[in-house]
Amino acid sequence: MSVSHAPPRKSVDISPVSRFEPPELEPIVPSSAGRARVPRWLRRPAGPLLLLVLWQVLSSTGVLTSGILASPGTIAGVGWDLITDGSLPSAMGVSLQRVAIGLLLGTVVGTTLALISGLFRIGEDLVDASVQMLRTVPFVGLIPLFIIWFGIGEAPKVAIITLGVSFPLYLNVYAGIRGVDSQLIEAGESLGLSRWGLVRHVVLPGALPGAMTGLRYSLGIAWLALVFAEQINADAGIGFLMVQARDFLRTDVIVVCLIVYAFLGLFADFVVRTLERLLLQWRPTFTGR
Amino acid sequence: MATDVHGPVTPGKAASAEALSASPVKDGLRDPAIDPIRDPYGAVVRVEELTRSFGGRAVIDFLDLEIQPGEFVALLGRSGCGKSTLLKILAGLDRDIAGTVLVPRRKAVAFQAPRLMPWKKVWRNVLLGLPGKPDRAAAERALEEVGLAHRADAWPKTLSGGEAQRASLARALVREPDLLLLDEPFGALDALTRIKAQRLVDELWQRRGCAVLLVTHDVEEAVLLADRVLVMDEGAIAYETRIDLPRPRDITDPRFAEIRGQLLERLGVDAPASAA
Repeated sequence: MSVSHAPPRKSVDISPVSRFEPPELEPIVPSSAGRARVPRWLRRPAGPLLLLVLWQVLSSTGVLTSGILASPGTIAGVGWDLITDGSLPSAMGVSLQRVAIGLLLGTVVGTTLALISGLFRIGEDLVDASVQMLRTVPFVGLIPLFIIWFGIGEAPKVAIITLGVSFPLYLNVYAGIRGVDSQLIEAGESLGLSRWGLVRHVVLPGALPGAMTGLRYSLGIAWLALVFAEQINADAGIGFLMVQARDFLRTDVIVVCLIVYAFLGLFADFVVRTLERLLLQWRPTFTGR
Repeated sequence: MATDVHGPVTPGKAASAEALSASPVKDGLRDPAIDPIRDPYGAVVRVEELTRSFGGRAVIDFLDLEIQPGEFVALLGRSGCGKSTLLKILAGLDRDIAGTVLVPRRKAVAFQAPRLMPWKKVWRNVLLGLPGKPDRAAAERALEEVGLAHRADAWPKTLSGGEAQRASLARALVREPDLLLLDEPFGALDALTRIKAQRLVDELWQRRGCAVLLVTHDVEEAVLLADRVLVMDEGAIAYETRIDLPRPRDITDPRFAEIRGQLLERLGVDAPASAA
């Protein structure tokens, strides 16, 4: 075998060094190098804290009068008073109980309906159309009807939360069941799984991510429904505290209640995140950079 | 060795009388649990006059097939010729059929994609669907056999392609099948991993002695592994050849190349002129 060489370049006057001048290089820096040194748990609260500072500054300089919005300092004081005299903890207890019961009932109703219409074609025909129709009705509009049906006690409040919670759970669990990979169902069949075995080992775990999304939506709606339900004919709970404050023009108390709602929402989100971390650790998904 | 206890794949709608015609029926009533169907010629798979249509077009058209216990059969065919449909029917996953199909009760499938349940750890995947309450040791033995015992506790998402395919193979083997159905199990693997996986299947088959039906489009793979190679065309077995080369087989053997050339020709691919 012969190897042919390119003829030596004699006539070209540029030197080999300049001909093969290496190209400009740039370093690929490891992704951690460019990151800020501030840990994440410190970075996240920075935004809300800045807002708080701005609010205090506006209040102190008199731009925001206490009639419109109380200053953060005042609110903290009022919040402390409400906690120490026991009115806030007892109101929170009542509200939490309503949400818990409504959420539980709504989860049972929504999931059951989703299982019926997700697993059986006859169930889909019977249930899905009705649910799809009902869900377009704004559930808050049903409050007057619920008061007539259930009176003014706990029942209409729990019922409105139940109703609000059921729909997002239904939709997401149903979509989760129908979104299970048919190849996995086939694999399960080939392994000799019974009908119930398929549901338990393939369909339900496959629908779990959808169910978790549904739960998140449901929790958001549960708090929303609570606010609506408690502002009508309530004699206890955070909503009642707010209505009372409105009557006395106490913006500080209203803001304390709003903050309590926000923290309860954060707590609920934390619960779902923890559940997701425990139940969905098998999921090969993108977790962000 | 393989027991030849058969379970019929009954057609979805048609009367089951036809399906049972190949078995000796002693009296009118027959309980398969007490009185298993046995093939008169000792075959582990018997298919007679099988037809499967999709929307009026017969994908499988009067197909006959017989597989002996312990036999390694490869099924070749152009894509869309119905070979995967045949495998599905033998696995009992497609019952919209006409004709007679007798298969062992204990059979297992490994698909092209590993199809592990992503929400179950590897060892739970292996045990999935086994009757009773099998213990983890059974899964570990099967994983050991495919060289994956150290990944028993892993989530499927952390497995490489070859590892996942081996886990899928372990899941098939733990059922101690009399018939192992392989649907292009090496198709998605890279060239090096494929060679290892083919050797593994060869080893496992020799150790277990179960009948294997390997559906593939890789002629080399078929000649490398099978006792008998079938070529499917227009819904029936169009060509069949027995391969008596000694094992382990050598792809550089001129006889190997000759058989490969014949099969490629059957599949409508002309072998290059330089091939021996």
